[in-house]
Amino acid sequence: MIIRISSEGQYELDESDVPALNELDNAAVAAVEAGDEEAFRTTFGQLLELIRTEGTLVGDDHLGGSDAILPPPDSSLAEAKAGFNGEGLIPG
Amino acid sequence: MPGLSGRMSTVVKAKISKLLDRAEDPSETLEYSYQKQIELLQNVKKGIADVVTSKKRLQLQEEKLQQQVVKLDTQARQALSAGNEELARTALERKNVAQTELQSLDGQIAQLEQQQEQMTASEQKLRTKIEQFRSKKEVIKAQYSAAEAQVRISEAATGVGEEMADVGLAMQRALDKTENMKARADAVGELEASGAFEDLTALGSGEDDIDRQLKQLSSTSEVDNELAKMKAELGGGSTPAGQLGAGGAPAEGAEGAKGSEGAKEATP
Repeated sequence: MIIRISSEGQYELDESDVPALNELDNAAVAAVEAGDEEAFRTTFGQLLELIRTEGTLVGDDHLGGSDAILPPPDSSLAEAKAGFNGEGLIPG
Repeated sequence: MPGLSGRMSTVVKAKISKLLDRAEDPSETLEYSYQKQIELLQNVKKGIADVVTSKKRLQLQEEKLQQQVVKLDTQARQALSAGNEELARTALERKNVAQTELQSLDGQIAQLEQQQEQMTASEQKLRTKIEQFRSKKEVIKAQYSAAEAQVRISEAATGVGEEMADVGLAMQRALDKTENMKARADAVGELEASGAFEDLTALGSGEDDIDRQLKQLSSTSEVDNELAKMKAELGGGSTPAGQLGAGGAPAEGAEGAKGSEGAKEATP
């Protein structure tokens, strides 16, 4: 599967990594919902680390969507909570 | 995925489908999407220019402050050798504020540098994706029937749309940070305009508002230390008061007539 870390790039990961990814992903959400900054930093950091070490970066010339998209690595708890619904700079 | 990635994916997918829903005819969708990509690329370029402008502004401010630090240091020495310790202290206090400001400017410039690099890398990547999209678009238009084209268009548009959403988000964050720094740079500019780092030669004897603010801002102990060091350098010893007294130069008692008396050299 392909996972995008926002502002970093797309990584290709093996299906066998999915359970571990899901676990950390859900733990990060639990931390966000509990408003626990430290737990969020830890779990989100572990999740990013797992993707970077287990996955391989997809080339720039690849033109395809991702199966999952993660917030930028330097996201704050507040940003993660807001769900990143900012309009961004996409015209239109 | 129900987690963070799930939320994020939903937001991005909503954006992409909003982008694709604008046109009904597949080839129109392709052109519309392509046009939006080009617009985004222009926005990224503008964003980079904005960051560069802010950076240059801060660098200019940094240069000015560096000059002020040198100037104020010289003035403090001059005031001290003329026996005017109060004026020397004021100069050092201002120097202290300018130096603190310099340090924070350094950090901000480094941050902007990093943002510029990131945005330039994003621009490069987006450019590559757009190029891929452009050639795919031509192939799709030339080779596929409407039904087949729809599937391939959606594949290509999703890929490039995701990149667009990502670049858009990164840009927004970078520009927000730049905006914060601009506000801070404006504040420093105002402080500068108020004369906080100005030449001291034109300064009267009275303590004005700026002086009081500066005293609060600057660390007194740091100024004290520097003043003592400067005294030692100028007087050639660690106990300036005693030495100056012994040497017959302006001593503590001469405080009332600082101006003309103190102007004489305190050679031990």
